[in-house]
Amino acid sequence: MSETLTGAQALVRALEHEGVEVMFGVPGGAILPAYDPILDSPIRHILARHEQGAGHMASGYAHASGKVGVMVATSGPGATNLITPLQDAHMDSIPVVAITGQVATTSIGMDAFQEAHTWGISMPCTKHNYLVTNADEIPDVIREAFHLAATGRPGPVLVDIPKNVLAATMNWRRPGEIKLPGYKPSVKGHPRQIKAAVEMINAAERPVLYAGGGVIRAGASEELVAFAEAANLPVVTTLMGRGVIPDSHRLCLGMPGMHGTYTAITAMQRADLLVAVGARFDDRVTGQVSSFAPHAKVIHADVDPAEISKVRHADVPIVGDAKAILTQLIDAEEKSLDGGPPPARRPWMETLAGWQEEFPLQYKQDPEGPIQQQYVIEELHRLTAGNAIVVAGVGQHQMWTSQYWGFERPNTWINSGGLGTMGYAVPAAVGAQVAKPDETVFAIDGDGCFQMTFQELITAAVEGIPVKIAVMNNHNLGMVRQWQRLFYNERYSATDLTDHTPDYVMLAEAMGCVGMRAERPSDVTPTLEKALAITDRPVVVEFKCDPDAMVFPMIPAGHSNDEVVMSVADLESPEVPA
Amino acid sequence: MNNHVISVLVENKPGVLARISSMFARRGFNIHSLAVGPTSEPEMSRITLVVDGPEMEQIIKQLYKLVHTVKVTEMMPGEGVEREIMLLRVNADQRRAEMLEAAGIFNARAVDVGSSTITFELSGPPDRLADFLELMRPYGIIDLVKSGRIAMAKDAKSSKNGRAKLRSA
Repeated sequence: MSETLTGAQALVRALEHEGVEVMFGVPGGAILPAYDPILDSPIRHILARHEQGAGHMASGYAHASGKVGVMVATSGPGATNLITPLQDAHMDSIPVVAITGQVATTSIGMDAFQEAHTWGISMPCTKHNYLVTNADEIPDVIREAFHLAATGRPGPVLVDIPKNVLAATMNWRRPGEIKLPGYKPSVKGHPRQIKAAVEMINAAERPVLYAGGGVIRAGASEELVAFAEAANLPVVTTLMGRGVIPDSHRLCLGMPGMHGTYTAITAMQRADLLVAVGARFDDRVTGQVSSFAPHAKVIHADVDPAEISKVRHADVPIVGDAKAILTQLIDAEEKSLDGGPPPARRPWMETLAGWQEEFPLQYKQDPEGPIQQQYVIEELHRLTAGNAIVVAGVGQHQMWTSQYWGFERPNTWINSGGLGTMGYAVPAAVGAQVAKPDETVFAIDGDGCFQMTFQELITAAVEGIPVKIAVMNNHNLGMVRQWQRLFYNERYSATDLTDHTPDYVMLAEAMGCVGMRAERPSDVTPTLEKALAITDRPVVVEFKCDPDAMVFPMIPAGHSNDEVVMSVADLESPEVPA
Repeated sequence: MNNHVISVLVENKPGVLARISSMFARRGFNIHSLAVGPTSEPEMSRITLVVDGPEMEQIIKQLYKLVHTVKVTEMMPGEGVEREIMLLRVNADQRRAEMLEAAGIFNARAVDVGSSTITFELSGPPDRLADFLELMRPYGIIDLVKSGRIAMAKDAKSSKNGRAKLRSA
C-alpha cells in the first residue's frame, strides 16, 4: 500500500531511513516546507547561527563519528554559505550531505528572490550533486546521496530541492536498488600488485610508510600498525593522518612536510622506497616535487585511481580500500617471511633514531616571558592524559597542535587540511561534541580564526554542547605574520588584530559560555584545570601568547625538502636560500 | 599541444554535459569540437570531444570520477573511424560548373542553390573536409557550419592493413 506524503515529509523520512540522528542547519524561505516535518521527526536539528557553521559542524560530526554529517540550508545565500564547508569536505574526503532549498521550478532562472544556481555553483566542490525536479525522486536521490558520500573516496554530496517539489505530494516507497553503472569503487587490491609491493618492500633498505587521511577514513588504523610492525616499516603520518599510528610507537616518525619533523621529512628524502597509503603527495608534503624523495621507488595505494601517479609516478599502483589492501599486504608479507622476522634494516633504523635524537621538536617556555602555544598544548595533553578530541583552525596553532599533541588514537584530530579553512575549529568542535557527548572536545584556535566563526558558541551554549575552546591570542594572523617576517622584510601588512579587542572573556560570557584568561605561563595549568572541570557549558579560555613565536621546522614554499629550516638562525645563514 | 579525441560514455542524465565540459574548462583545455548523441541503449549517451592539450591521462582519470561517467577512451590516430559533417555556403556568381565538378570529386552534395551561392554538404574524415574547404576558399566562403567529430573504435578483429588504410584516409 502506498502512502501519500509531501516531498518534505518524504525527505525527512528518507533521512530517517539513512539513520540520520542529527542535522545542522539554518531555515529560510525555500527550505521552509522541509522544516515542518522535522518537528515530528526523532532527528535532532541543531540551529546554527550561520550556514558555514552548520556545514563545518556536519564535517566535525562526520570526522568524530565516522558517519555521514548532514547540513541543511535554504536557497540563495543559505546555499552559497555552504560552499566553503563543501569544498573543505571535498579536499579532506569527509562524508557529508547538504540539503538545500531552491526556488520553485517555475521560478528557476528568473532571478527570483533568494535564487542562486546552487547546482552549478556546487558542482566543482562536491563529489556529486542533484537538482530534484520531481518529488517521487526524493527517496532514491537521498539513498544515492548517502551511498556516494560514504563509499569509495568519501566526500560531500549536495541535494538541491525546489520549494514546490518539497510541497508537492508523492507516493512514498522505500528506495530501490542503487543503479549507478559508472560508480564502482574498487575494494580489494589486485593480487599481482600486492605481491609486487611485498617483494619491493622486503628488498628495500630504507623504506618509509607514508600514511594519510585515507587510512583514517577507511577505519584501517589497526591494520596500518599491524602492517608496519609485520614489515618493520618506519611510518610518517600526514596532517590528515595523525593518529593512525600512536605517536609513541617506536616506528612512528611524526608528520612530514612543510612543518614536519626533521626525521619524517629527511627519512622521505633519503628513502629508497615510499609506501603511500591513503595519501596524495600534497604540495605541503612534497615541497618542490622535482627534488622530493629523489631515490625512492613508490608504491601507492589509494581508493581513488585519479590520485595515483598524479604528482609522483607510482612504480606499483594499488587501487582499493585502505583496510582491504593493508589486510592483503599483511597476509602477503607474513607468507613471504614464512615465520621469519622482517628485515631488520639496522643501519636505516639507527640513522632515523640518530636524527630523532639530534633534531627533536623544541621550544622554550621562559617562565617570566609570554606564553608559548606549544606549552599550552603540552599541558593540556598532560592534564587530559591525551584523552580528548582536539580540533584546530588553520595557521600556527594548527601546526603546533599537530606537532606537539601526542596522538594515540585515530579520529581524535579534526582539522581543515586540504582547504586550510580559517574558522573551522569552533563549528567543527561543536559537531564533534555532538557526535561524542561523553568525550572532552577541545578546540585549539587562533584569535584570527576564532573571530571568523565564534558565533557558533551561541549555538553550543543554547544547545548545551560543552565544547572547550582555547583561543591562542597572539593578536596577529600569526602564520601570515611569520611569512612577512621571513620573506617580506618584516613588513607587517594587515596582520595585526590588536591586543585587547575583543575582550574574549566578556565575549564568551555574552554568548552564554564561561570565559577565562591566562596571561602568564604560571596561569596555564590552573586555568586549564578549571576549564576541564566544567562539563555543562561551553568554555572559552584566552591565552595571551607570544606574537613573535614562529613554527619550526619549516621548509619555505617551493623549496626542496632537503632544506629543512630548524630555527630562524638557519634562515639567516647564507647556505640556506630564503 | 595536440588534438586528442576523447570518447565518453555517460548516463543520459541532466547536467552530465556540464560536468564533463567543466572538467576540461577547469584545466584550461580548449574543447575544439563536441558531439553528443544517443547510443543503442536509451539510458546512455556518447560524448565525443576533440580537445587541445598536453597528455590526457590525468583528465581521463578525473572524468572517470564523475558519477555518471561509465567509460572513457582516448582514440589514438588510426585506431578509429572519425567523421565530421559540414555545410558550406560558397559564393557562386561565376564558375559554377567548375565548382560542381570539384564537389563531385569529393562527393559533396549541393543541398541548396541560390542565385549567387551554392551550399554543399560533405561528410567524411576531418582531413577530407579540410581539403574541400581549401579547394572552395578561393571562390569565397559565405558561411560554414561543422558538426563535432564523432568517432568509433575499429573492430579489434580488423586487419592491420585496414588500420593503415584508415590512417591515410
